[in-house]
Amino acid sequence: MVFLLQQMMLYAVPLMIVALAGVCAERSGVINLALEGIMIFGAFMGVVFVRIFQGAGMTQDQGQLIMILAMILSGICGILFSMLLAFSAINLRADQTIGGTALNMLAPAIVMFFVYMIVAQNTIGMAQGGAAGWFMIKPSTFGHPKGYSYGAIGDFFLNKVYLTTYICILIFILVSVFLYKTKTGMRLRSCGENPQAADSLGINVFKMRYLGVGLSGFLAGIGGFTFSLTTANMTSNGDVAGYGFLALAVMIFGNWTPLNIAGGSLLFGLFKCISATYSTLDINGDGVFMLNEIGISPYVYRMLPYLITLIVLAFTSKNSRVPKAEGIPYDKGMR
Amino acid sequence: MPKKDPLTGKIKWYKSEGAVAVYSALISILIGMAVGAVIVVIAGLSKANISGAGIAEGIKLVFLGVFSTGRNAAGQLTFGFNAVNLGNMLFRAVPLIMTGLSVAIAFKTGLFNIGAAGQYLMGTMGTLSVALWLGWAGTPKALAWICAFLVGVLLGGLWGCIPGLFKAFFNINEVITCIMTNWIAANLVTWWFDAHEVFKNSQQGGKIGYVIPLKNVGVVTPKLLMDKIFAGSQANGGFWIAIIIAVAMWIMMTKTTFGYELRACGANRHAAKYAGINDKKNIILSMAIAGCLAAAGASLYYLSGNTEFYWSTYQKLPAEGFNGIPVALLAANHPIGVIFSGIFMSMLNVSGIQLKYLTAYNEYISDIIVGVIVYLSAFSMLFKTMLSKRIKSDHGNVNAEPAPAAVEEKAPGDTDGKTEKGGQK
Repeated sequence: MVFLLQQMMLYAVPLMIVALAGVCAERSGVINLALEGIMIFGAFMGVVFVRIFQGAGMTQDQGQLIMILAMILSGICGILFSMLLAFSAINLRADQTIGGTALNMLAPAIVMFFVYMIVAQNTIGMAQGGAAGWFMIKPSTFGHPKGYSYGAIGDFFLNKVYLTTYICILIFILVSVFLYKTKTGMRLRSCGENPQAADSLGINVFKMRYLGVGLSGFLAGIGGFTFSLTTANMTSNGDVAGYGFLALAVMIFGNWTPLNIAGGSLLFGLFKCISATYSTLDINGDGVFMLNEIGISPYVYRMLPYLITLIVLAFTSKNSRVPKAEGIPYDKGMR
Repeated sequence: MPKKDPLTGKIKWYKSEGAVAVYSALISILIGMAVGAVIVVIAGLSKANISGAGIAEGIKLVFLGVFSTGRNAAGQLTFGFNAVNLGNMLFRAVPLIMTGLSVAIAFKTGLFNIGAAGQYLMGTMGTLSVALWLGWAGTPKALAWICAFLVGVLLGGLWGCIPGLFKAFFNINEVITCIMTNWIAANLVTWWFDAHEVFKNSQQGGKIGYVIPLKNVGVVTPKLLMDKIFAGSQANGGFWIAIIIAVAMWIMMTKTTFGYELRACGANRHAAKYAGINDKKNIILSMAIAGCLAAAGASLYYLSGNTEFYWSTYQKLPAEGFNGIPVALLAANHPIGVIFSGIFMSMLNVSGIQLKYLTAYNEYISDIIVGVIVYLSAFSMLFKTMLSKRIKSDHGNVNAEPAPAAVEEKAPGDTDGKTEKGGQK
């Protein structure tokens, strides 16, 4: 059970960060379809930074430090990349869906081009070692012997987890506070609902939307890094398995509010996790891999997250609260 | 509107809306290729094993890759008429033209069909299965071809309906549903071929994981002169079929009531509804047609006989599905324009392969160019306004405030941004 919950967190954490990234952009009035692309870019840059730090002589003991530095740097790269979208969507008033799609096509192309240029194969990984060895928090991290157990609850929080889980919870709190309790956050949300009114009150709509997209790029970059760390063993191959889009679905499902999104991403994390680990999943600890023995095709489990997204969206669409000005370029002349 | 000629009362052809669209597409292409060339230079300078001459070769191949004829004895790149390259370019253009049409028709109805990949996969599954079944059953080849094509197209159409239904009845953004149906299709197709051993190609050594190519049962598209023009290439009659379908789509969109209804829904769904057009029906039909077109691309591609389908596709969606988006955007969603932009994208593809085999670079440079072109087409509106402003510069009234009445008329609750751009004109 602890195994299942921990696995669920591994899948849910990147989803949650990226869905929150989507909220920041969409609440400011810009549809960020480029989440997938920014994640791909962030994941690649994260791997590159880890390689650079490893090359600079940092050792396994400094694993957590390397991880945090690489994470922040890939977030910054995410900001830079998302500025392409911001420029076309805000300054040039271009179609935001197409702009986002362009970034989604550019990211894997650029990443694959440079992956081949750097390592001459289709996947770039760490210079040495693996994600688990370098970055995972294990009993030995706190000086306990191998195989040490803290009990069920302690194991869930401290045994074989990544620091990213806690960073994600921190991000969740920060984003919620920012959007609902700070002046800037409320101004940002007003630009997504009625930018004309916001402008008439002296709020700079362009600035707020740049802030929204930039934050979104930062979080999506971190999300990409997290994805690569927790589910891809710190490698990058120009693909994040549709996570960016799944995060968009989670965001819509969560009605653009952080708390619902946190719940939604846990749910989807669970289904993602089942589809990835169904064959070795021992739910009640009796040594029987139940899901594997029912005899349902693995493809059904793999389809589940997407099918459920569709069904859930169909049922929740009626009380969906889209930011009203989302996707509409701001034009002062329309005031 | 551009200025009319004082004598004839007509707009000069080179100032017409279509011409401006072509100019802006050409600008996008030029900038895209320039960015590609810049990346070739940067990557070349940062890599020790690529010399100055290597960089020059890379740039040459980015622009002229399709005319490359390999290297001569002295190791120099040679260029000329390469029937194999050009023929393969036209052959690869077929699925791109069809998925481009698929995206374009949906765009005209105001829908963004990012689900062409899933529709393409469903078409692949239908066509391959039916062609192999009927081929083994001894059905006449022509009949088997037609059945396989139609089943593939219909499956794609049904698959395209799903996002349409969600959009029409639940008002869910079609982008999300398209992505979800893409992955569901990828799993379904893998499941189907995984469960049916008969389709798997096991007799040819070393080719594990592929479906039996259709040449083994003889259900293939006739060459229709293409083998005479482009000897040695894979080009076949599918190219002509794609052109016929594109022309048919152009006639449907511009000359029929149905096409008018689709375009009316795309221009302003609410206004179309007010004018008595059934917007829900049109949204579903438009997505169904888009699905049919994408699937037809897959059918024509695999009915060529030589192409092999890697069935375990649940982790990867076919690139053709997504490349339909730049094809449609570059053509400004014009069905005839899609033919040319499809060929252009296919040319980039061929250039990329030449880069991979002839230089130290790799084929992803062409994907970067495509990405840049899509990015630029996002603000092709800007190019167009700039170009048409130059043309109509004598009306100095561009910056005038719109009349207050026009603002008042905005329908309450209308959140569709596209409908509001008209106010600036």
